[in-house]
Amino acid sequence: MSDHEYQPTSKAGKWFNDRLPLLSLVSHLKDYPTPKNLNYWWTFGGILTFCLLTQIITGIVLAMHYVAHADLAFGSVEHIMRDVNYGWLIRYIHSNGASMFFLAVYIHIFRSLFYGSYKSPREIIWIIGILIYLLMMAAAFMGYVLPWGQMSFWGATVITNLFSAIPLVGESITTWLWGAYSVDNPTLNRFFSLHYLIPFLILGLVVLHIWALHVPGNNNPVGIDIQKPSKDTVPFHPYITIKDIFALLVFMIIFAGFVFFAPNVLGHSDNYIPANPMVTPAHIVPEWYLLPFYAILRSVPDKLGGVILMFSAIFILFILPWLDTSKVRSAVFRPIYRQFFWILVLDILVLGYVGAMPAEGIYLVLARVGTIYYFLHFLVILPVVGYLEKTDPLPINISDAVMSGSSNLSIAKKDEKKV
Amino acid sequence: MAKNKKTTRRDFLYTATYTIGAVGLGATIWPFIDQMNPDKSVQALATTEVDVSTVEPGNSITVLWRGKPVFLKRRTQEEINEARAVNLKELKDPQKDEERVKEGKDEWLVMLGVCTHLGCVPLSNKGDYKGGWFCPCHGSHYDVSGRIRKGPAPVNMEIPKYEFVDNNTIKIG
Ligand code: HEM
Ligand code: FES
Repeated sequence: MSDHEYQPTSKAGKWFNDRLPLLSLVSHLKDYPTPKNLNYWWTFGGILTFCLLTQIITGIVLAMHYVAHADLAFGSVEHIMRDVNYGWLIRYIHSNGASMFFLAVYIHIFRSLFYGSYKSPREIIWIIGILIYLLMMAAAFMGYVLPWGQMSFWGATVITNLFSAIPLVGESITTWLWGAYSVDNPTLNRFFSLHYLIPFLILGLVVLHIWALHVPGNNNPVGIDIQKPSKDTVPFHPYITIKDIFALLVFMIIFAGFVFFAPNVLGHSDNYIPANPMVTPAHIVPEWYLLPFYAILRSVPDKLGGVILMFSAIFILFILPWLDTSKVRSAVFRPIYRQFFWILVLDILVLGYVGAMPAEGIYLVLARVGTIYYFLHFLVILPVVGYLEKTDPLPINISDAVMSGSSNLSIAKKDEKKV
Repeated sequence: MAKNKKTTRRDFLYTATYTIGAVGLGATIWPFIDQMNPDKSVQALATTEVDVSTVEPGNSITVLWRGKPVFLKRRTQEEINEARAVNLKELKDPQKDEERVKEGKDEWLVMLGVCTHLGCVPLSNKGDYKGGWFCPCHGSHYDVSGRIRKGPAPVNMEIPKYEFVDNNTIKIG
């Protein structure tokens, strides 16, 4: 929290602030001390906030024209595309916005993995983050069902059937989720209700996420604590706001590129065929952002086993702060972990790729190797490397690291020697 | 708690209050959960009658029942023989073909056309087993009796409740 007690200058401001300290909150957010060495990987928090607001605004507009009924949904989406003024634009922003949202969240998550932002004292920030990620997946999945195309219908069928793998009560749970004996109108109707709700739950969690962040403050590229009092920090406004805005503009250019020039590349053309419960498309795939988990699901030749492994792949992230035994946060000073980090990135990309391919032959082999490695990374490599690794010397403070010209002190030292 | 601490009137009141409170809470939550289950109007649509007089041996038709496809396959004698020649030990979910059809109506296989893995509709006359089915979603192979032979699906395709109203009409449900 701010170090100083804020007092509004105007009388009216003081009167209001004494009754509801909103102005103190604004002042806290402006002055919030931020490490001065934050790089562009730290701008994705702001970008994510932008994404959430974009989805909420475009979503509320879509809901004004969309009809949540099995007989009418597909037609109403076409009506949005063809008739509603700028409907095509708003829908393309919403559907591509979901992809951009996930792109940003993946970068944000890998940033945390690289710089050890999940470690003490930031475990709660991390856990809330994973909860947000889970809710995002739920929101995106249910949103994808709404246009009631072939991919909507069969995606919904496959995902809801995951629950039928639960012994004894599985069948009853899927019937309960469906409100019928298959994915049908009641399913669509409730998915719409929940799709509307979840983003607001996410918004609530975002507030908690930032609240929890403002207790210890930001982590930073060298991963050491801020020293107080010191010259390690700058006020959030204008230093970070301007950097965030610049990154956001670049992000929006890419976003607009998709919306205006390739609005359907990330989607699947089968979703422009109305849902047909009698025919499954030959090749069903989820949206790209769910592919690694889909690959894990399919890598196991057993129904329950596949489902358990897929959910474990996500839930393992909750205990990550306790699996990583290293006290050093930033991978900049962890020569061994740094390499495993990049192998993990590659592993997840490979899983994503094979998730989009048919589950046979070489793809199945790759999926299995990738799945085993994924769990190996978290359950074995992280704890063991934390013990064995000899980390590079940490800088005394952030200013020291910045002044040496590189966030990596050891690299900076080496360079000096060469000169 | 100390061993010799006497149970007081107040302890009783606490326990009674918690218990009644929990029951009340449960009774209040239940309607909010149960509203999501299939209602009477959905359950009412639970039977379908199908005229099968036009189906030639070796062919099959598909009808929609409770939102799911049902395969009605009129099998040839050859296919029936093949289904019965299978060694039960080879099966993942051992079941005799005889248990999957109605006695005296051996040629009719009436089965939910729903893969028992994650619910896709398998393609007929595809896969490794002649006259069987193949599910394109994650690669499950079923034989001519609809039994799971290969792939992630755990059990055979389900046989719904059905009966022959007369020689040409099957009532499903
Ligand atoms: C976390 C934020 C959100 C995400 C990730 C998200 C994601 C999605 C996705 C992937 C689709 C399918 C797009 C398509 O293929 O057509 C969709 C559709 C839809 N969403 Fe959202 N959404 C979000 C928030 C909202 C909100 C707040 C509303 C407000 C009610 C909303 C209303 C709709 C409607 C009406 C549709 C159907 C129209 C269509 O398919 O374009 N969404 N959403
Ligand atoms: S749904 Fe048929 S194999 Fe997965």
